[in-house]
This record gives sequence, structure tokens and C-alpha cells, in this order.
Amino acid sequence: MKRVIVTVVGRDTVGIIARLCTYMAEHNINILDISQTIVSGFFNMMMIVDMAGATTPFDVVAAELEACGQDLGVVVKCQREEIFDSMHRI
Amino acid sequence: MINIAEVIETNQMIEEENLDVRTITMGISLLDCITPDLEQLKANIYDKICRRARNLVGTGESIAREYGIPVINKRISVTPIALVGGSACRCPEDFVELAEALNRAAGEVGVNFIGGYSALVTKAMSFADELLIRSIPQALASTELVCSSVNLGSTRVGIDMDAVRLMGEIVLDTARATADRDSIGCAKLVVFCNAPDDNPFMAGAFHGVTEGDCIINVGVSGPGVVKHALESVRGASFEVLCETIKKTSFKVTRVGQLVAREASRRLDVPFGVVDLSLAPTPAIGDSVADILCEIGLERPGAPGTTAALALLNDQVKKGGIMASSYVGGLSGAFIPVSEDQGMIDAVEAGALTLEKLEAMTCVCSVGLDMIAIPGSTSAASIAGIIADEMAIGMINQKTTAVRVIPVIGKDVGDAVEFGGLLGHAPIMPVNAFSCEAFVSRAGRIPAPIHSFKN
Repeated sequence: MKRVIVTVVGRDTVGIIARLCTYMAEHNINILDISQTIVSGFFNMMMIVDMAGATTPFDVVAAELEACGQDLGVVVKCQREEIFDSMHRI
Repeated sequence: MINIAEVIETNQMIEEENLDVRTITMGISLLDCITPDLEQLKANIYDKICRRARNLVGTGESIAREYGIPVINKRISVTPIALVGGSACRCPEDFVELAEALNRAAGEVGVNFIGGYSALVTKAMSFADELLIRSIPQALASTELVCSSVNLGSTRVGIDMDAVRLMGEIVLDTARATADRDSIGCAKLVVFCNAPDDNPFMAGAFHGVTEGDCIINVGVSGPGVVKHALESVRGASFEVLCETIKKTSFKVTRVGQLVAREASRRLDVPFGVVDLSLAPTPAIGDSVADILCEIGLERPGAPGTTAALALLNDQVKKGGIMASSYVGGLSGAFIPVSEDQGMIDAVEAGALTLEKLEAMTCVCSVGLDMIAIPGSTSAASIAGIIADEMAIGMINQKTTAVRVIPVIGKDVGDAVEFGGLLGHAPIMPVNAFSCEAFVSRAGRIPAPIHSFKN
């Protein structure tokens, strides 16, 4: 399992999750969890995905999702899960 | 499973509070390069550095991309060159050729800096130590990426005052050799008491002889993160203040540990230490001075500054120590002047003086750092400043350092712009009374007594 956290920050708009989920399905990336919240008026969404079976390398996925985000007017960022585990779990 | 609040907190630290990995530094031993033939030695050094560090920059960049954490610098430290060049170098110019070989290798592998153009003097200078020290002005003027450091004393054996006096002259000569660039050579030159073998930060990084063949050391930084955390506990007790610093330091250091482990694994080089320092940059919000203000000082330099800094430094260590399996280097709070906008502001406001900075170095990491002084300061006065700082380190069993820049052609009231991470600095006044007769005495200050701690 190769877990990656995908975060989306920006103005809420129709179709953000649909667009990202479609991308994940097309690249054989399994979505494990989705949650969202509003912080300081901004839409914050987080997806935990498993990229173990992904058909495309991490760097390409990260760049393509970032480009998707630009189309939608939001910032999309991909990070491996370990950075959050390290910081928040002993 | 990680929750969204934790993800937001981490990303806010990175995006808004300047959390970053300041440096991945690869330490490379050059002991196996030693040969009496200078040309062969240069080739050996160049080849070994290029072979070992070939993938360092690329690995640092891919870790930064995958974890979403900036890795600002990729650097190399090498065995002190006075040891490596001792049998091949017959004059200071020979050592300069080694500096140029280091510079070429660093340029080839794409690192930001290479440290280790160093001599480890404690009791007295060897012939090679003195040659290397005398070559420093020319070496730093003719290279871009080479950093130099000289150890002048230790708690165990005392301070070599002959070397201190010589370094006063060398600092001034280095300033003159780079006078056309605001004496920037001195920003790449630091002197130490009790220098650590595994420090990843420049200008003082070198790969000590107690180290293995090759190692990865990582320096983390996050003054902005600590400042932000303290904003939520204004007016709270010291207990709450200290707990907040510790928790934040723990989180910051965990990132360093992760990056160090990952870099070590990918490069197939053993993990050395995480240096859990609070290292400021000139960027707004990336300031140790701002933390001191958040603790409750109007400006750094106000009465109470030394106590506030002592508290900060100690809590950073306490929080960080459990977050990493191996902690080392300089670990603590750095207080460079030119690299910290809050410090610069305090100097310009008249709140912070050289003497107060000296007092602050008694309780924090390292010492007098990136301080611009008038170019007319005498070599004896610079040696006196160095001797004071070495004495603090020797007596208090800690690492201390001096990196002052006598800016040729500039005086109090002027400012100097170094650019980039080195920042800019107002020229600070130096006490004008002479210490010439003191530093002119030959020999060394003996090792201090290790009992009767009063």
C-alpha cells in the first residue's frame, strides 16, 4: 500500500470531487477516505488514496492533479502520508 | 488514520509559517584520498565527492516533491582539509588549489555549499593547520561554494591564542580580499570553540574524523512555526509557554527525522543526526527574534532577553530530542543578525548591541553570527572578540562560534546587502578600546578547572 494524501484548498465549486474521483478511477488509484471542512471561509478537502496499483508515477499524478486544480480554481496538492504520520503520531 | 485537521495543521506550517528542511548535508570522508602528490590529491578529492554526492541534489528534490516539504539546501561537508592536504601542500597556494577542486566538485554535483575547508586547532597549530589558515583569504575569494571553519579551542584543552591572534588577521584579510563584494568572504568563514563533528549547517560544517566514510545529516528549521504556536498562549504561564514550545519543536523535528531517514535510504548512506535548530532566514515571519518578542520582549536586547532565549533554547532541545533517534550538530536556536529581520530591526532601533549578543551566546546555540562591523576594526580587536567567545564556550562546555564581517569601506550608520539567505545588516559598533597587549601574548590559555563551578 502506498498512501498519498490529496488536499484541495480554495473556493467551493460544483464538480471538484467528481473531477478528482474520475481522475483517480482512470489511473487505478483507490480512494480510501474523503473528508472536507471549511477553514477561514475556504473549502478544504482531503482524500486518502492508495497509489500502489496506480498506472502513472507519483510525480506525473501530482502534476496532473495540480493542473486539474488550476482549471477548477483551487489548489490541489499530493503528499505521501508519512509526513503527517511522522508529525502527528508517536 | 490521519484526519483533516492534522493535514491542515501540517500544511499551514509549511505554506504559511515557513516550515522547511533547511539542509540535507552529506558528510564525506576524504581520508582515503590522501597522497603526497598534489595533482593526484585534487583528482582523488574531486572524484570521490562526485561519486558519493552524484544523486544528492536529485534525491533532495524528489523527497521535497513527494512529501510537499521544501528542502532548501543540499550541501556537502568533508574531512577538514588541513588533515587531507597536510602531506601534499607545501605553501598556502597549494591549499588554495584544493579549495578550487572542492569548488569544482560542488559545482558539478549541484550543491549549494561545500564545507570542510577547515583546520582543527585546539592546543596548537600544526604546520599544515597554519598553511591552511593563511590560505583562507585567497581560497574564499577565488571560490563561490567553499565554506571555511577553524576550531581554536575546547573545554578539554584550552584556547590556542596564537591561532586566535592569527584568525583576527585572517578575518580582516578575507574581508579585504572580497572588498569589492562587501567583504562577503567573511560570511563563509567561522571560528569555533568545541566544534561538533556532525554539524550540517554552514559555514561551519565539516566531516569530523570520528565519523564514518559517508553520512547524511539533516538540519530542520521552523522559527515561524514556534512563533505562530506561541501566539495562541499570550499571557499564559511559563509552564504553558514551555509546553507549547516543546510540542512544536517535537513536530518540526519529526519532519527532519523522516526526511533524514528517507534520504539515507534512497542514497544508501547511513543516517547520522538531525540537527534540531531554529534557523531563521531574512523572510518575514521566519525569525527567532520574533519568537523572543512573542515570549514578551518589546525588542530582542531588552532586559530579560538572555532568560527568554535560554528558555527557548532549552525547550527546543527537550521537545526535539525524543522526536529523533539521533540528535547532534549544533541543535538549538541560532541568532544570526543579518539572516533574521527581527534582529536587524532590533539593531537599527538601538535595542541590540554586540555586547548583549555576546551575553545571549552564553545560553543559545553557537555564537556571534553574521554580524557586520566597521571595516576599520583592527585585527587585534577582532581577535579579542573571538577570544571572548571562545572563552564562553570553553568555560561553559558548549559550542561557540564567531562569524563577523568587517565590511571594508563601511562604518557605523552604513548597511550591507549580502543577498539571499545571508540577508542584509546594519554595521554595528565595536568597543574602540584596545586589547592589543592582551592578544599579542604568545601561547595558549590553559584548560579550565572542571570543578568548583561558581
